[in-house]
Amino acid sequence: MELGIFLEDAAQALATGILVGGAYALMCVGLGIIFGSMRVINFAQGDFMMLGMYATYYLATSALVGLFGLYAGPAVAALLSGPILFAFGWILHKTMISRVTGARVADMDGGGGYAQLILTLGIGLVLQNGGLILFGSTPIAVLTPLSRQSWEVGTVLLNQARVVAFVAAVAIAACVNIFLTYSRTGRGLRAAADNPVAATYMGVDVTKAHRIAFSLGVAVTAVAGGLLASSQSFQPYIGIDFVIVMYAGVVLGGLGSIMGAFWGGLTIGLVQQLSTLFLPYQLQNTTIFLVFLLIIFFWPQGMFGRVSERT
Amino acid sequence: MASLSSYRRQQWAIVAIALVYLAVALLVPSSYYQLIIAQVVLWATLGAAWNILSGYSGLVSFGHAVFWGLGAYTVALGMVFFNISPWFGIPLGVVVGVTAAAIIGRITFRLTGHYFALAMLAYPLSILYLFEWMGFQEVSLPIKRENPFAYMQFQDPRVYCVLALVLLTACLFVSLRVEHSRFGMSLLAIKQNERAAEASGINTLKWKMLAIMLSGGFSAAAGGLYAVLLLIVTPPSVFGVAVSSLALIVTLFGGIGSIWGPVIGASILIPLAEVLHGEFGDKVPGIQGVVYGLAIIATILFAQQGVYWRLRDYVRSRRGAAPSEAAVELNAATTAPVIPLPVGKGAGKVPADAEPMLQLSGVSRRFGGLLALNEVSLKVYRGTIHGVIGPNGAGKTTLFNTINGFLDPSAGSIRFEGREIVGLRPDQLCKLGIGRTFQIVRPFARMSVLENIIIGSYVNTTSDAEAEERAWEAIHRVGLTKVANVAAGNLTTKQLRLMELARALAPRPKLLLLDETLAGLAEAELDDILNVVRQLCDQGVTVVIIEHTMHAMARLAHHFTVLDHGSVIADGAPQQVLADPRVIEAYLGKRWVERAAHTGT
Repeated sequence: MELGIFLEDAAQALATGILVGGAYALMCVGLGIIFGSMRVINFAQGDFMMLGMYATYYLATSALVGLFGLYAGPAVAALLSGPILFAFGWILHKTMISRVTGARVADMDGGGGYAQLILTLGIGLVLQNGGLILFGSTPIAVLTPLSRQSWEVGTVLLNQARVVAFVAAVAIAACVNIFLTYSRTGRGLRAAADNPVAATYMGVDVTKAHRIAFSLGVAVTAVAGGLLASSQSFQPYIGIDFVIVMYAGVVLGGLGSIMGAFWGGLTIGLVQQLSTLFLPYQLQNTTIFLVFLLIIFFWPQGMFGRVSERT
Repeated sequence: MASLSSYRRQQWAIVAIALVYLAVALLVPSSYYQLIIAQVVLWATLGAAWNILSGYSGLVSFGHAVFWGLGAYTVALGMVFFNISPWFGIPLGVVVGVTAAAIIGRITFRLTGHYFALAMLAYPLSILYLFEWMGFQEVSLPIKRENPFAYMQFQDPRVYCVLALVLLTACLFVSLRVEHSRFGMSLLAIKQNERAAEASGINTLKWKMLAIMLSGGFSAAAGGLYAVLLLIVTPPSVFGVAVSSLALIVTLFGGIGSIWGPVIGASILIPLAEVLHGEFGDKVPGIQGVVYGLAIIATILFAQQGVYWRLRDYVRSRRGAAPSEAAVELNAATTAPVIPLPVGKGAGKVPADAEPMLQLSGVSRRFGGLLALNEVSLKVYRGTIHGVIGPNGAGKTTLFNTINGFLDPSAGSIRFEGREIVGLRPDQLCKLGIGRTFQIVRPFARMSVLENIIIGSYVNTTSDAEAEERAWEAIHRVGLTKVANVAAGNLTTKQLRLMELARALAPRPKLLLLDETLAGLAEAELDDILNVVRQLCDQGVTVVIIEHTMHAMARLAHHFTVLDHGSVIADGAPQQVLADPRVIEAYLGKRWVERAAHTGT
């Protein structure tokens, strides 16, 4: 019965898509925080995710996380990669990014927008190739016993490592959203994003707000990478594909909306898995790139985006 | 527009550079270094091709690998499957590259800013996976021992250097030609301010399309030769981000917007990275990428414009042409003869026999839920100065944007000299005789006043000489003759405003839209500008001027239209409008009106 097989495949792709989509969603939330508050296109975001994956790998194989056991260990390792990459993002912003964003941008050629893109492209190149030097080019993964175990729900197999990653991703995304909505720091970030000049007059240190937003965004994406690492092999050049994946999610959700980034990322995960029903596996990424292009051409405001004025 | 002698000089410089490369290629001892030189020249060509689009127009492409890769794969696949020699394969690759550029340009130029950058990044990556899926993971060019010359296969790598140099020289000559023509000037205008360029009558899409096709063609040719040189093509090596990045890295490092930039950048960075790779590549495999990454980070942080411009500025300052001295001299030069204006009295009545030149009926413009213009109707009479005033956010600039075609009105009709103009592009309206200035003046700082204005005079002129003549005419009309050859970066605010005015005047408009031309000027400077505007009106130009300060306008305009929250709240002679309580309320708030009523003033 061909239809039956197709339906089973479809159900499986749907389930896998949602589970993978969780990590994608969290990744997009990280990028969304940076883009939403600084309006900076960050080409190095995929490479920060890559660093998160390697950080998780080394933490998960260290004795420290051996304490948490084989099941919780990798998830804890992914979480711990957050603070490490937060510090990394902080230093990067302080030494480089802040010099081409914020108030200094105005007097640069072309408004400074491209300076930021090119700077992050350079940072990305150094990270990818530096990663190659430090970590080698052999693809690795954070393997746990869970990676090979599945729960069966009807005919659908739910990979346990992916389920853990999904639950963790959703929980972290919720925490980040609560933090940004209700905390004093979060409100400052949003004020700085809405109107940097007005925020300055209200006593918000915009540069510091941007630094927090940037570091937080880097950390969140890195944690997402760490969670993904238990079901996906990686090497230092994995980042660039995920840059498009992340922007597809963020734009689909609506630039500037954290909730939007989450749902956008989840949808992209789904699209990627569902595409395998109709298209060869190798064209997964091409599909996402095409979806991305379609979104920016025909639906640039996305699901939760605001209509922006044009002058 | 640089002089003819400098054009000649630069042509000779290109020849000299080619000869130096050739000499170096002939002199270096091993074929290893000769291959590096051939690569330097090819990457310089890619950089120069990238510069034609991104350097001049400011639309930074992060996806030039798409053209390079298509050129490389056309050569490789043509040879493998159809036995096509690279002598024909490379021209074929150029055709493929130009076609791809035309398609990509047509689609992607609809996007701006971030979206343009991201879309360009996505194209080569999409094709990369497509080619891997189609089974072209690794395509080797077959070795033709029986007839190597016919298949562009040479024992001596120096032949490849010569071929690459021919390509680079061609690309540089074309770039130079572009730079010194209205093509290049139009691209620079787009880079500076695309909106202003459109309003100056430049068909921006046409020039951008030409630029990307030219750029794509040369990139594909260089990519094709690269495939011949390396004899093996893989999707990541020709469609990868590294290729796109290198195109912009060599150019930005060397100097963006200059034909020398890519040559300088490639000559420094490629040998450095290759030699380091040769020395330490076995221990530190990604060293080239690190070098390129660090080079571009350093450029952005420490020398925004790149090596060439830094050197040029340094040399010029050493020669003693310090800009500060020029500026001092400038400030002494007066701009226009000051004729005292009758103060306090309006400019006079609208002549009774005047006919409406511009007529808006029921024009509305909606942005999502916001009604920026609400059923605006107004008439502008020929030969008058028409003031449009209103508080911030009243919709004044939106009104201008709908008149000169940046925005289509959601409803209503706009007639200019009896002709319906809704739906026409800004450059078409400019040709019909509608000129405009902008609130924010953004000149080309490095270009002279004359060059800035020539951009505006390309409209309705066929020869460059005629364009220059019209530019001079406009310069005389606003009184900037003395500073015509000074770099715009050295002008005062008032002079910049006058330059902007001259740029709008250069196409000889019948109707001039002035957007806050008086903003940010000191009281004493105001009169100079007001004088120029009045003279223009006397010479037969109809003027519509936006301002939110009223007192200067009261002396200038024949007729006032007051906008508030997108609606016309008053329309008529200046004195009558200024006495209208609704106008006072819009400006000063309700309380003021009440107090004025109580005190009887």
